[in-house]
Amino acid sequence: MVLKVFFPQCCNRADSGLLVGRWISGHDSAVVLAVVHYPFIPGQVKQYVQQMKAQSGGELSVLGSWSLPKDGQEGMESFLRDLSTIFPQERWLQINRQLGKTGFTCQVLQRDQNGKVIQRETKKKVEGGDEEEEEEEEKVIFVHYEQKKVMFSQLHPLENGVPDPKTDPPSELRQMFQSVAGSAPLFFLDRYDDGPLKSTHWQSDGREASILVELLKQASVPLCMLLGWLLSIWTWISNARVFSLFPLRFLSSKLSTCVQLSHRTEHMRTLSSAKPAAGHTHFIRKANMVVSFLVDVSLGMLLIWWLYRDDHISMLANTLVPAADHVAKELEELLQWLMGAPAGLKMNRALDQVLGRFFLYHIHLWISYIHLMSPFIEGILWYGGLSACFGLTFALSLLSDMVALLTFHIYCFYVYGARLYCLKIYGLSSLWRLFRGKKWNVLRQRVDSCSYDLDQLFIGTLLFTVLLFLLPTTALYYLVFTLLRLVVVLFQGVIHLSVDFINSFPLFAVGLRLTRSHRLAEGVKFRVLCEEPGTALHLLMEINPLKCSTVVQNYRTPTYSCYPKDSWAALIKKLFVGELIYPWRHKTTKTD
Amino acid sequence: MEDETFTDINGKAISLDCQSHSSLCREFTVSVPKVSIGKVLVFTCSVWLLAYAVFFFTENTAVLSSAIFVTLVGMMLYIHFVKVDHESLIVIHSLGIQLSSSFASGRETTSFIEMSKIKDIVINEAIYMHQIIYYLCVLLKDPSEPDAVSSVVPLFQSSKPRLNCLVKVYKSCQEILSKC
Repeated sequence: MVLKVFFPQCCNRADSGLLVGRWISGHDSAVVLAVVHYPFIPGQVKQYVQQMKAQSGGELSVLGSWSLPKDGQEGMESFLRDLSTIFPQERWLQINRQLGKTGFTCQVLQRDQNGKVIQRETKKKVEGGDEEEEEEEEKVIFVHYEQKKVMFSQLHPLENGVPDPKTDPPSELRQMFQSVAGSAPLFFLDRYDDGPLKSTHWQSDGREASILVELLKQASVPLCMLLGWLLSIWTWISNARVFSLFPLRFLSSKLSTCVQLSHRTEHMRTLSSAKPAAGHTHFIRKANMVVSFLVDVSLGMLLIWWLYRDDHISMLANTLVPAADHVAKELEELLQWLMGAPAGLKMNRALDQVLGRFFLYHIHLWISYIHLMSPFIEGILWYGGLSACFGLTFALSLLSDMVALLTFHIYCFYVYGARLYCLKIYGLSSLWRLFRGKKWNVLRQRVDSCSYDLDQLFIGTLLFTVLLFLLPTTALYYLVFTLLRLVVVLFQGVIHLSVDFINSFPLFAVGLRLTRSHRLAEGVKFRVLCEEPGTALHLLMEINPLKCSTVVQNYRTPTYSCYPKDSWAALIKKLFVGELIYPWRHKTTKTD
Repeated sequence: MEDETFTDINGKAISLDCQSHSSLCREFTVSVPKVSIGKVLVFTCSVWLLAYAVFFFTENTAVLSSAIFVTLVGMMLYIHFVKVDHESLIVIHSLGIQLSSSFASGRETTSFIEMSKIKDIVINEAIYMHQIIYYLCVLLKDPSEPDAVSSVVPLFQSSKPRLNCLVKVYKSCQEILSKC
């Protein structure tokens, strides 16, 4: 059998003493966690180990002895060997290191079952008589690990919930990581503490920083309470009956500012909850929310600083009205062009004129509306710009809404064109069925054959011809306005994407990956350390950090767009049939 | 170690380095020859000549500078993401198998497979383009069903050594794996 000893790097130069750690069940491996130095009173060590065991909740025992003889410390060998009778164990490790040599040597003393029983009874009389020196073929692999990194790292893929111990026992490495992380109370014993026991293990150098963290934690409690109180007021306001009336509810579900507001409220509610984060994923998710909120607000402040510095607001307002005018004028010219012979096509003149006049009248209405609005636009922009102090996402959502409102005429044209076109397509398809002597059976959801009268056939064919010949005119109007609509939708989609990106990008996790790459571990990697003949194999275990793409995938915040994403084919089909498309319907984001 | 020359499936010379750290751990490194200067020359010359031809007709100097940019970025991406310098396989008894490949720029990707997940190491055949090649692969198993093979991890994916090299690696891997 091969024995694997996970040995912390910080204990490489520790003074002689006892090895404290645990055996990993099911595998032939031992995790050394600390070295308790000589001199000690065995009773105290036992008590200490029991105490630590109770605190950490895991298994903990004395594994064996460690000796690094210094000058004037001869004769330790036999003493440390005798210790194995004081701490009864199935196996007793004796790890020796000579000064000046890099490799360790390890001996394993093993007792059989009978011997163990005898041993317990006659502890003091028998001096290792019933211990069997194991055969020399027993091989040992030393795996050196850095205690701090292993303790703080989180092995991926994460275990969700409590794993069923019978079906899927955690792998050896996972158990090893868990045992190091679980024995944190062991590491509180300071090197300079004046207690009965001295031990070597990893110990935190940043006690001062941890005091700061503790203070921050204390300070966050009233902050969370304040936040929770504000949130409850906000919830009370938004639950007021006025807001649940039909038009307001409908509007608020369509305005991206309102959606963003509810999304942020949800975030804040998660953050202000008094319960501590359950598990690693939840913690990282919360931290992501905090960081993305802070980044969002600071970007928003930057935007405000830019907007209000040199009176950019009035500049924007002064350019907005002429721009809207210009768009309307361009649209008018486009309509005039469509009313003639666009691209040399010969349209149905009467229908063409009717549609053109209708749209022209609409534009006329729109221009007068804009001119009516123009004195107020600066004020609206000024107050709207203040919303950026809630974050850049709010400003962007507001921009998206404003674009939607300012291009309302394009939307109207699109809806009229699409409705007309849709009507024609449906009429044509049903009349085409009539043409072939069939009809759509609504009850059975299929096409049945049907015998029509002569009159019905005559009227149907006539209508079919009329619709067919009028189709190109409406199709042209539909095409042009759909293209305009698509430009607007594309713009809004880009804004929504960027808002979504700010909302869901796991900034904290990525930062953690970049600065403390051991915190998120994908696995481990080994390096062969030294090869001295006669010593055991020494491996160095390093942490293999998670890939950045995996980090983003695992930890991105779920977004609010719960609509199913339209595929391109579905979108094109919709466009072809003349169904309406909306930016909030085919947002190109995934939900978690 | 006998001086046997190995080639990859395209007939280029590669070198295999077997290191036995102890009886429990062996390391195999397959080194691929460095990128040849001729290839680099041909690549840069072709890009620059093309750019010059475009420049001749359009008389726009941005074409030339973008050609320089494209060659530099292309070469950097090539040595960072494509060109593998050597691939190594460390087999540690009762602990696992570690695969790593280091790229020409020094970037290293490593993955470690625990022994509890490994079913076996085998040499497999595969259809690759228009030929049939041999490759070494690790068969993985699910701990819940120890008899079934859940997935296959191919080894030496970018160097693609020929059968004689694979057999040598395979034999010494099996020596360690079967030593339970």
